[in-house]
Amino acid sequence: MFADEPVVQMQGVSVDFGGVRALDSVSFRMFPGEIHSLIGENGAGKSTLIKALTGVQSISAGTIRVRGEQTAFTSPADAQRLGIQTVYQEMDLLPNLSVAENIMLGRERHGRFGINWKLMEADAERALDELGLDLDPRSALGTHSLAEQQLVAIARALAARAKILILDEPTSSLDQNEVSELFRVLHSLRESGVAVLFISHFLDQVYEVSDRLTILRDGRSVGEFLTSDILRIDVVSRMTGTRTRGLPSPLVADGGAELSAGAARPFFRAHHVGVNGAIAPFDLQVGEGEVIGIAGLLGSGRSELVRLLSGVERSDSGEIEIDEKRVRLRSPASALSQGVAYSSDNRAVEGIIGDFSIAENILLALQAERGWLRRLPKQHRDELVQSYMTALDIRPADPEALVKTLSGGNQQKVLLARWLALAPRLLVLDEPTRGIDMATKAEIQRLIAELAANGMSVIFISAEFRELVGLSDRIGVMRDGRLEVVLENDDLSEDRLLAIIAYGSQAGAGDDAESDER
Amino acid sequence: MRTLTRHRLFWPIAALVALVVINTLSRPSFLSVTVNDGELYGSLIDILRNSAPLMLVGIGMTLVIATRGIDLSVGAIIAISGAVALSYIANSGSPESLVTVATGIGLGIGVSLVLGLWNGFLVSVIGIQPIIATLVLMLAGRGIAMLITQGQITTITSGPYDFIASGYVFGLPVPFYISVVAVVAAALLVRRTAFGVLLEAVGINPAASRLAGIKSRGIIWIVYGFSGLLAGAAGIIYSSNISAADANNAGLNVEVDAILAVVIGGTSLAGGKFMLSGTVIGVLIIQTLTATVTFLGVPPAVTPLFKAIVVIVVCLLQSPKVRQLLTKRRKPTPRAERTETVKVSAAA
Ligand SMILES: Nc1ncnc2c1ncn2[C@@H]1O[C@H](COP(=O)(O)OP(=O)(O)OP(=O)(O)O)[C@@H](O)[C@H]1O
Ligand SMILES: [Mg+2]
Repeated sequence: MFADEPVVQMQGVSVDFGGVRALDSVSFRMFPGEIHSLIGENGAGKSTLIKALTGVQSISAGTIRVRGEQTAFTSPADAQRLGIQTVYQEMDLLPNLSVAENIMLGRERHGRFGINWKLMEADAERALDELGLDLDPRSALGTHSLAEQQLVAIARALAARAKILILDEPTSSLDQNEVSELFRVLHSLRESGVAVLFISHFLDQVYEVSDRLTILRDGRSVGEFLTSDILRIDVVSRMTGTRTRGLPSPLVADGGAELSAGAARPFFRAHHVGVNGAIAPFDLQVGEGEVIGIAGLLGSGRSELVRLLSGVERSDSGEIEIDEKRVRLRSPASALSQGVAYSSDNRAVEGIIGDFSIAENILLALQAERGWLRRLPKQHRDELVQSYMTALDIRPADPEALVKTLSGGNQQKVLLARWLALAPRLLVLDEPTRGIDMATKAEIQRLIAELAANGMSVIFISAEFRELVGLSDRIGVMRDGRLEVVLENDDLSEDRLLAIIAYGSQAGAGDDAESDER
Repeated sequence: MRTLTRHRLFWPIAALVALVVINTLSRPSFLSVTVNDGELYGSLIDILRNSAPLMLVGIGMTLVIATRGIDLSVGAIIAISGAVALSYIANSGSPESLVTVATGIGLGIGVSLVLGLWNGFLVSVIGIQPIIATLVLMLAGRGIAMLITQGQITTITSGPYDFIASGYVFGLPVPFYISVVAVVAAALLVRRTAFGVLLEAVGINPAASRLAGIKSRGIIWIVYGFSGLLAGAAGIIYSSNISAADANNAGLNVEVDAILAVVIGGTSLAGGKFMLSGTVIGVLIIQTLTATVTFLGVPPAVTPLFKAIVVIVVCLLQSPKVRQLLTKRRKPTPRAERTETVKVSAAA
């Protein structure tokens, strides 16, 4: 199955950031015609390894060989010339350009009179088709959801017909359909001899797609295995070191049932809230301590829905009541003053303040709420920051570290800490566990359940059915900009949910009985 | 040594020291300070005194730039402020009266504050790009000053008013104290309250700041108002210095010097993190440079070239790319040690 000659061979590679050693003498290899997963917890060094390989990050020791040749890339462009295409964890596309331009950038098709746009659009469309993605190639990239943008980035990498394809958490905000489309494409690439490097925090995906895996822990390689040779439980214990025994229990013991919606007093009511031509008017009530999951496919309007509820976007119609009083959520600030906090899924653009420290990022919303005149007392600040950094296991443990130097998952944790520090009445989370490793994810899910038990209400979007079913009291399903149905989550199965998302609320009503296994 | 050169103020301070050294070499008396009647005199004292208007404007400009903005109208506000104050004092019939002078100053600075708030209104409420919004006043402002002075260069003889620019207190010139007060006030405003942090957040990532509930409109408005106010104070010092309101030349090109001072001081024009201390150094560099050029007898027309060279050098030294090139040279990797750790970890 494997050719004997690796296409990529990294030996003893180290990467230093100032005094911090992010990669410590790591060796890593890839063979043609194989899918190789790189796994490890948040901050283990996965993205750093990729950046070292593709010339984004200079290495302080070690050698890198690509197709037998020793390389010293100084930029991703060098790597591309040798046939390496990379989708980095943090999106590097241009939101103001069209989808087609983003896909074809750097590979423009020239005709007799300069760039041939027709040809380019056709090429781009083909690349999108390959992933089963139905987007207008002429639309501006920035108008699409984060998940769609992620797919466009993948399409861009695929369109280059690379020999080596690197995907850093490509599936972090995709749902099952898109993931299977992607895997189908990856499998066919493997047949044609392409080497694929795949990163994901979903062990299921790793096992489904990869032939081989390398595990990183704290910047060191702790082994390379054939996927078929190693049990999941061993993978986990190697990833986490001695910290855990066994698989982290994926979810809170029983998410739904406990606090049923009927028992909780609804304090937040949306009546006929909608946006012309985008979100059909909907009603939604949120009880105290209730957890509502929102499910839906790409482009179903799931993000738009929650943005209407949290003052980020304004509605054309309807009204929102809190404690039976009509409120106008004109801006995030006004929603926050009503106790409604919103965390965006787009953490680079709408989340972190990159040049700020961890501490400043965590305290930002709290300080904004108090106003600039009333600065948080230092001791209060230190305590808050410390408690959230410990609770969420934010690494590095230095509150003064700049957030832009944190790994993706750790940035996400900092954001969660920011919203939790506000102690909102209603916390609206768009993909709260995106890019977070298994152990911490379980920890965060537990935290959400605990906060809900203490009376905080949560609305969260997730592309992961297991998370939705495990954590929510009720689940709202979005289809084509319509809140199709809000289901009580008593023994709702993932399959039933899938059926409703795909075919509407009528579908799957009958086959409830058969879908109980999971 | 490495950590020293990494310090954000290292290169600005080095440039300032270098300028002082060059001056001293070509004119040993540069460093000498003489005491006359308990008042200090000398080139260094002159620099401290003359830098006051630019210092005030530079501080305001720093905060404006931190919000991703720019204030081109400061020169025009200087002219208007002086025109308002002097016209009032000249027409009052009692130019020597303290009350009159204080009222004149209050009017000048008050009008400047209003103009600054106008800029802030255009930028934060109407949403006009800062460069355009302040360009309006930059162009119109001198016309307004001209109207106020009725096309004349208004002059006054007023002891109290002269005192602002040429007076001495405890042996040091008054403008120096004004600079110090302004710097301290600004530093307290931004660092003792949470103003600086929220301001930087808006400058670094406006979208994320909005979602965090920061009301950027108010912050931006305050910053432009503050810049206007400081420019107004600078206008008072400037007009006091020449005992005249010159609508055409007061504060001419000061916006350029102020922007340069901010950039030399290490605050990025892209907004976000700012350094008031850097701007203070930047202002002193520009002022020393001006003094140097004057002393060396370089024709004034060539002065901008010298400024440009210094700015380029300092900015280059501050850019991460150039720093990388400079530091990369010597960076031995302790290889032997590394291989050790590999074995240990493999065995573990
Ligand atoms: N520019 C930087 N400066 C300082 N430290 C950095 C920088 N970039 C990364 N690091 C550190 O290197 C370590 C590895 O980060 P990396 O992004 O490779 O993690 P990761 O395995 O990709 O994690 P995640 O799953 O969260 O994406 C982290 O501790 C991070 O804080
Ligand atoms: Mg990463």
